[in-house]
Amino acid sequence: MAGKVKWVTDIEKSVLINNFEKRGWVQVTENEDWNFYWMSVQTIRNVFSVETGYRLSDDQIVNHFPNHYELTRKDLMVKNIKRYRKELEKEGSPLAEKDENGKYLYLDFVPVTYMLPADYNLFVEEFRKSPSSTWIMKPCGKAQGKGIFLINKLSQIKKWSRDSKTSSFVSQSTKEAYVISLYINNPLLIGGRKFDLRLYVLVSTYRPLRCYMYKLGFCRFCTVKYTPSTSELDNMFVHLTNVAIQKHGDDYNHIHGGKWTVSNLRLYLESTRGKEVTSKLFDEIHWIIVQSLKAVAPVMNNDKHCFECYGYDIIIDDKLKPWLIEVNASPSLTSSTANDRILKYNLINDTLNIAVPNGEIPDCKWNKSPPKEVLGNYEILYDEELAQGDGADRELRSRSGQALGPKAGRSRDSGRTVLTTWK
Amino acid sequence: MSQEESDISLIIAQIVQKLKGSNLYAQLERQAWASLQRPEIKLESLKEDIKEFFKISGLFPLPSHPAAPPEHLKEPLVYMRKAQGSWEKRILKSLNSMCTELSIPLARKRPVGEQKELLNKWNEMGTDEPDLSLFRPVYAPKDFLEVLINLRNPNYENGDSLSFRTHLGLIQVPLKVKDIPELKECFIELGLNTGQLGIDDSTQVPPELFENEHVRIGQKVLAEQDSAAAQQYVRQGSPTALRAELWALILNISSQPEDILYYEQLKTNVIQHDLLVDSLIYKDVKLTASNDDYYFVFEDYLYQVLLCFSRDTSVLSHFAYNSASPPKSYIRGKLGLEEYAVFYPPNGKSNVIASSIAPLCFLYHEPSKLYQIFREMYVRFFFRLHSISSHPSGIVSLCLLFETLLQTYLPQLFYHLREIGAQPLRISFKWMVRAFSGYLATDQLLLLWDRILGYNSLEILAVLAAAVFAFRAVNLMEVTSLAAAEAVLADLSTLKVMPLLQIFLFATVT
Repeated sequence: MAGKVKWVTDIEKSVLINNFEKRGWVQVTENEDWNFYWMSVQTIRNVFSVETGYRLSDDQIVNHFPNHYELTRKDLMVKNIKRYRKELEKEGSPLAEKDENGKYLYLDFVPVTYMLPADYNLFVEEFRKSPSSTWIMKPCGKAQGKGIFLINKLSQIKKWSRDSKTSSFVSQSTKEAYVISLYINNPLLIGGRKFDLRLYVLVSTYRPLRCYMYKLGFCRFCTVKYTPSTSELDNMFVHLTNVAIQKHGDDYNHIHGGKWTVSNLRLYLESTRGKEVTSKLFDEIHWIIVQSLKAVAPVMNNDKHCFECYGYDIIIDDKLKPWLIEVNASPSLTSSTANDRILKYNLINDTLNIAVPNGEIPDCKWNKSPPKEVLGNYEILYDEELAQGDGADRELRSRSGQALGPKAGRSRDSGRTVLTTWK
Repeated sequence: MSQEESDISLIIAQIVQKLKGSNLYAQLERQAWASLQRPEIKLESLKEDIKEFFKISGLFPLPSHPAAPPEHLKEPLVYMRKAQGSWEKRILKSLNSMCTELSIPLARKRPVGEQKELLNKWNEMGTDEPDLSLFRPVYAPKDFLEVLINLRNPNYENGDSLSFRTHLGLIQVPLKVKDIPELKECFIELGLNTGQLGIDDSTQVPPELFENEHVRIGQKVLAEQDSAAAQQYVRQGSPTALRAELWALILNISSQPEDILYYEQLKTNVIQHDLLVDSLIYKDVKLTASNDDYYFVFEDYLYQVLLCFSRDTSVLSHFAYNSASPPKSYIRGKLGLEEYAVFYPPNGKSNVIASSIAPLCFLYHEPSKLYQIFREMYVRFFFRLHSISSHPSGIVSLCLLFETLLQTYLPQLFYHLREIGAQPLRISFKWMVRAFSGYLATDQLLLLWDRILGYNSLEILAVLAAAVFAFRAVNLMEVTSLAAAEAVLADLSTLKVMPLLQIFLFATVT
């Protein structure tokens, strides 16, 4: 029976609602029979919680994985990546190779991070090794740049040292938990300004891992010129690129909102730095995204009712090395400019085309392999099934939708970097 | 010596004199000193050996100027010269009255405190917000268009009767412009059988077919430092990674220490002296480039380059062949001393110029190099968009070329738009006068400017403008007002210029 898809959402954003309506889907409430629920992260907690949760039926899809926080909470992300690296090292995988200083060659993409207060002592040891370094303190559970500050003196974080005397498993209230990371004080600057990259990645399943990268990511610029000077450590307009922060700056411009497209960035880098280093940079960015997903895949609850669209935040330093800063489960659907609105509308549109095939009532048993025509602005970032099908020897970095077709080798940026084979 | 011989030696002397002050001379001198180390240079035959060495090493002198009266170099047609002259008078009057109204001197020396302050925020001028509300723009672009529309050749009798030769557009001067067959010949490398970047490098095309070989040739051209070959090469487009160097090669820009010094000197001039036009520049840049999706990041560079540009007296020399004669002013108290001369960008409209700097910021991030490239692009090409002349790349010819192409090859569209009061030139003028900067996506714009450099002409701007109209013809036929036509043509950011040009020139039935 081909009925209309019934949708619910608790996020009142036009880019979502317009997309549902244009498909002729029918809006219902949470208590009725629904097929598609675009929920906020609070709601997903309730749906899958032990006490209040309920079983989803085969024709119901939601837009988050139950324990997405393994990737999207700053402390858990780092924990999982560290664990992943150790595991690879134990099995002697070439991916876990280190250089002469003990730094991972291929897996060093997260700045040195510690949890506070749990790792306070470890942090102090690291801090003392390079006392002139700057560190960034971020609350684990907040977003939009709230509660973030920079420090360059131990005294500034004294209050997290109180409870660190014991190393026992004392669960701190999540409100107080912070991560402290080495601040990247040499970001790549354009026009003297710091920026970061926001990339959208859709994961339809974790085991086997199948993920897609949205081609139209963007760069968010700070409105004020960057300076690593210690006198400006408190000036968040210099250091934090979140639009939520920047839009309160005096120079914030509402027409372009301080954003560039990723293709603009690519053009700029190719023109000023050359094609090889630019391609290498973008390859590395794809690499770190896939590695981060692989790191959490084993612990992720790969519920077949779920898909998720993450917002990846990446910073590039002046040596053209990308760093993963964080992953957002609920990337903002607010539009700051007209172009932004168009971008987010198309993002949702393409996401829905992949997650809900043909716009019909979903069936969770489907193989989650959409035909390439529906990808829209997404391209396959990594498909574990396809990768395994090709044998372990083949270096498969298929970035175009035609993964194994005659143009497989055509993918513009593959094959240029020396990469180990992917498992 | 016969008359002819003495003329020639006079010309040679003039050229030598001119060369002595140039960068090239300094380079030659340096090379000559360096060459003394070489074994093939012998003391007895020093002059001959050095000459031979130069010949082999490829350092050639500049081509010579024809012997013509100076006004003719600027502009051979009298009525054009007159029109440019009266336009300039209008601008100057406007500038002067603004000065009087606001009691601001045209130029003054900055007090030391202010100088220090400006030096400190040299890299951040974009974040300043002085009160600019009292400054009004010297003129609006449509004023300039009106002047062009009113140009008439007094020797030309159009006749009252309408014939198939009557030009229905806004420009009513009889300049010679090319038609499509001539354009096809001229832009032969854009033809369907020749590979192009902007078409044949798209993801669907295997790179072995064209792109790889093209890149290889580009690298070879750069290795040989062959300027003429580079110019020929970029007709098929330049690979992004090679573009910055190729353009520098074509424009003969190399960053020698004296160039960097020159730029620093200009910067010092800016710090020391404040010009009325600085505020106009500031306002213009703020209004336009900082609202642009792509160029806002480079706002500060735009101020730096423009402020230096208006103090750069070497630019004054290009006015020998520019129909314009810019209003010149002297720092108070230093009247008549050339080192203290400052001039206003011709026609005083600096936002138009700002838009031609912005795309260059994508290629050059070193300020003195950016400045040099921009200056050279300006004195070779962009100045022609701001002054009234009969030159085939001048704005008047471009407008006429555009209208003629439209009227000849898209008569139905042209007639329809004219009927509804939407003369096509009124829409396309702003594109051409800014060389499409701010209207096309940056990568497309750079591909277009590749061809400007490659063909050493701005005619491609008119051809592209016509091609855009051709592309959107179906929608344009449906509109019933100028506003609606503007709306159809408001957003060019998704256009791919090379396919448009190719189709218009080579695949349209003529």
